[in-house]
Amino acid sequence: METHQHPEDKYYFITDEERCKGCGLCIEFCPKDCLGFSDEINEKGWRVAKMHRMKDCIKCYMCERMCPDFAIFVNEDESAEKAET
Amino acid sequence: MAEKSKEIDKSSIIKRPPMDLKHPQETLLRKKAIPTIYCPGCGIGTTIHAFLEALTKYSKIPQDQIFVVSGIGCTGRASGYINLDGFHAIHGRAIPFASGVDIAKPSLKPIVISGDGDLFSIGLGHLAHAARRNTDMTVICINNAIYGLTGGQDAPTTPVGAKTRSTPYGKISFPFNLSHITIANGATFCARYTVYEFVQLSKAIGRAINHQGFSFIEVISNCHVNFGRRNDLGDSIAMRQMFKKARVRMKEEDIGFDLHKTDIEYEIGKGFTKIPTGVFLNEKDEPEEFSERITHAYEFKK
Repeated sequence: METHQHPEDKYYFITDEERCKGCGLCIEFCPKDCLGFSDEINEKGWRVAKMHRMKDCIKCYMCERMCPDFAIFVNEDESAEKAET
Repeated sequence: MAEKSKEIDKSSIIKRPPMDLKHPQETLLRKKAIPTIYCPGCGIGTTIHAFLEALTKYSKIPQDQIFVVSGIGCTGRASGYINLDGFHAIHGRAIPFASGVDIAKPSLKPIVISGDGDLFSIGLGHLAHAARRNTDMTVICINNAIYGLTGGQDAPTTPVGAKTRSTPYGKISFPFNLSHITIANGATFCARYTVYEFVQLSKAIGRAINHQGFSFIEVISNCHVNFGRRNDLGDSIAMRQMFKKARVRMKEEDIGFDLHKTDIEYEIGKGFTKIPTGVFLNEKDEPEEFSERITHAYEFKK
């Protein structure tokens, strides 16, 4: 599990290496070209996708929706939301 | 500028997240079964994800009243990955099992997730009669135009000219139009989407679950390993880009009574050139479903 935090909006972006199969759908359909393949190889021998440029992310959820293996997900910061309200 | 943005930025990694981070649909997944057995980039995973999102976001039925039934094939494993009540039925008999669930316990909502080979090849008769009786169930048919699990033989949905393992010189016979068949047999809700249109697909599944009566959703999926490879359509990314170009949004008013407008067009070498998508049929007055009619008949007899 690799967690990224957006520098301004304070939401989290998580990639799960154990579930990723390296199909590249998230990389292809990211509108801001944030994601990319990493040099790491996971347990099953797939080259996994990782977040490369978190500051460009616009939280469109396209990667989460495109991923067939539930390996990428975006989580809101719950504590920040509570503080605002 | 473009060169600068291609550098890998690792400054945003945090090692200790302040809270427990998990997938929004994590509670609906059996974690032991994941990673799934599907090939990388398969559309079945996307469809399961869309179904789970529909359950959490758009469905009005509580999750303990949902019953997932799946048939044989790659899609048959769907009931194993979803952490709800479910059953992995025998080949082609997913719909009879779901009909039995609905009649025995009308409070449950059976949902059949299965492939085109299971529902429209061996199970075609069952589907026609479930649609005729208007049994209260939702059928999600993942159509990848081939028998994927058994090695790529030609299915009843394989388009004319497509090469498969059993038709190496191109298929000769005509394919089924699945939405046409179900509407003609009396379904009350029918929609078709490709795996590329995730949000629309998820909303349509939500509408189908809330709809009382026989609802049918056809999902055009990619089998890049057995269908795309033999027909030079590329990998999963290329096939999804093809769906993006080929889809044509259609409404109920555009189709009218001429259901041949929903036919899928295929060209040899280019792949799918026209896939009409959208909600094709939504009967608003919702005719009585089968389990209700049974209870009425018993009351009448008393």
